[in-house]
Amino acid sequence: MAKLLFFYFATVILGSGLLVIFLRNIVYSALALLVAFIHIAGLYVLLNAEFIAAIQVIVYGGAVLVLYLFVVMLFNIKRDEPFYRGNLAVALFIGLVILGEVLLAISGTRAYGAPGQLIQATGNTEAIGLVLYTQYLLPFEVASFILLVAMIGAIILAKQR
Amino acid sequence: MVPLSYYLVLSALLFAIGVTGILIRRNIITILMSLELIFNAVNINFVAFAHHLQSMTGQVFVVFVLVIAAAEVTVGLAIVVAATRRRTSINVDEFGIMKL
Repeated sequence: MAKLLFFYFATVILGSGLLVIFLRNIVYSALALLVAFIHIAGLYVLLNAEFIAAIQVIVYGGAVLVLYLFVVMLFNIKRDEPFYRGNLAVALFIGLVILGEVLLAISGTRAYGAPGQLIQATGNTEAIGLVLYTQYLLPFEVASFILLVAMIGAIILAKQR
Repeated sequence: MVPLSYYLVLSALLFAIGVTGILIRRNIITILMSLELIFNAVNINFVAFAHHLQSMTGQVFVVFVLVIAAAEVTVGLAIVVAATRRRTSINVDEFGIMKL
């Protein structure tokens, strides 16, 4: 049953990923990306990471995608013209090389059964909270600072003269 | 039970799709969207390892990757907005001049 669900999610994720890069209309690409995001969230639920699934939908589906659609629609961006820059064959070859390289790196992986600090008994959200605010406190503060800087930068860059 | 390698292969394929998307499209918005695919491929990898190694570190890192992706989209689209105001074309070959 889990395998069936995994194959459904994986097929839709890869299919909509291909649609994102091959569709000409940008709005259609953005919607295919939304489908990919939601099925990736489904995959996270399958991996017992419900909190990550929830914030995936909220942040990617609710913020990132909305930003893309805002920019596309505010600027009335027309369809893409002649599609491929450079040589399509070269790009596909490089894509295949990267795929082969990553698969090669994967095949050397041994999944160690290392004892981590898993607190799954208390549920995913509490477990993330317990680790995020104690052991990873500094990266958390740095992340909030990055968000502040990004917000200020975006406002200044997009301001009308 | 789904073996770990299935998730890793899915992540590798999604990563390669994202890289190909960046290479073949001429349109800055679609390039940024392919970059989002790459981020998501890496996230799948992290969560799969977090599940199979029974460690919370992978999931915490996913939160940080999400933060970085959101910040990057914000700044990237602000740059696109500022640059498109002048020339009304999003063809990436015409983004040579850094004048805002």
